[in-house]
Amino acid sequence: MDNRLILHYSGELDQHAARKAMDYAESLAVLYPAECYELDLSGLTFMDSSGLAVALNLYRTLQRSGRRMVISGCPPQPMRVFRAAGLQKIIPFEEEATC
Amino acid sequence: MLKIQNQMRIRLESRSVNEGFARQAVAAFLSQLDPTMEELNDIKTVVSEAVTNAIVHGYRDRLGYITVSVRLFEGRTVEIKVRDQGCGIADIEQARQPMFTTGDDTRSGMGFTIMESFTDRLRVRSSPGHGTLVTLTKTLAGRREGSV
Repeated sequence: MDNRLILHYSGELDQHAARKAMDYAESLAVLYPAECYELDLSGLTFMDSSGLAVALNLYRTLQRSGRRMVISGCPPQPMRVFRAAGLQKIIPFEEEATC
Repeated sequence: MLKIQNQMRIRLESRSVNEGFARQAVAAFLSQLDPTMEELNDIKTVVSEAVTNAIVHGYRDRLGYITVSVRLFEGRTVEIKVRDQGCGIADIEQARQPMFTTGDDTRSGMGFTIMESFTDRLRVRSSPGHGTLVTLTKTLAGRREGSV
């Protein structure tokens, strides 16, 4: 198992929630220099394209410093949004959440 | 011309906290058609996208009103209109391009792409300085008789 930091998101991730989610993720990326960041979305009940921005921004921030990001436990509704945008071709997805 | 079977309209202030209310209200109204979970989620997603656009782009510098109206036609066709009296879109073709956005880093530029993928038809009418009208149409297949 690599040195992994797990970020668990729950509830509804829309534009109203995106700023906080994004700032939180970015500050964790600075505070904890893990090799891999797992975005555990198993608790999400809704996500729109604002969630794509949250995931993509974190992915780019981590990539710039040579770190990895995976998305785990993505429920069907957010998965349809990721697929419609083609993001599953860029960001790796894992079926099950680690914890 | 299809016959209207039911309709509703809500008017909200362009506050981001209302995004959740708008999609939940439309979903609650559509529950009379007994849609599948996937259909309901698709509708909630596109309403969220259209209302967010009105809040973030239409009324970027001020508070205004957004009207969400839903009409149900015979044959399980749903038409959703999201209207604002905001700044309008100068170049609709450009706005509809994937990854294009004039918003901040919380915007992915994928809103219109998602609205297009999750509905049968997306129409955008806009007049700079006067506002934008987004019309989304989707025909529900719905649940078959006897299914859970």
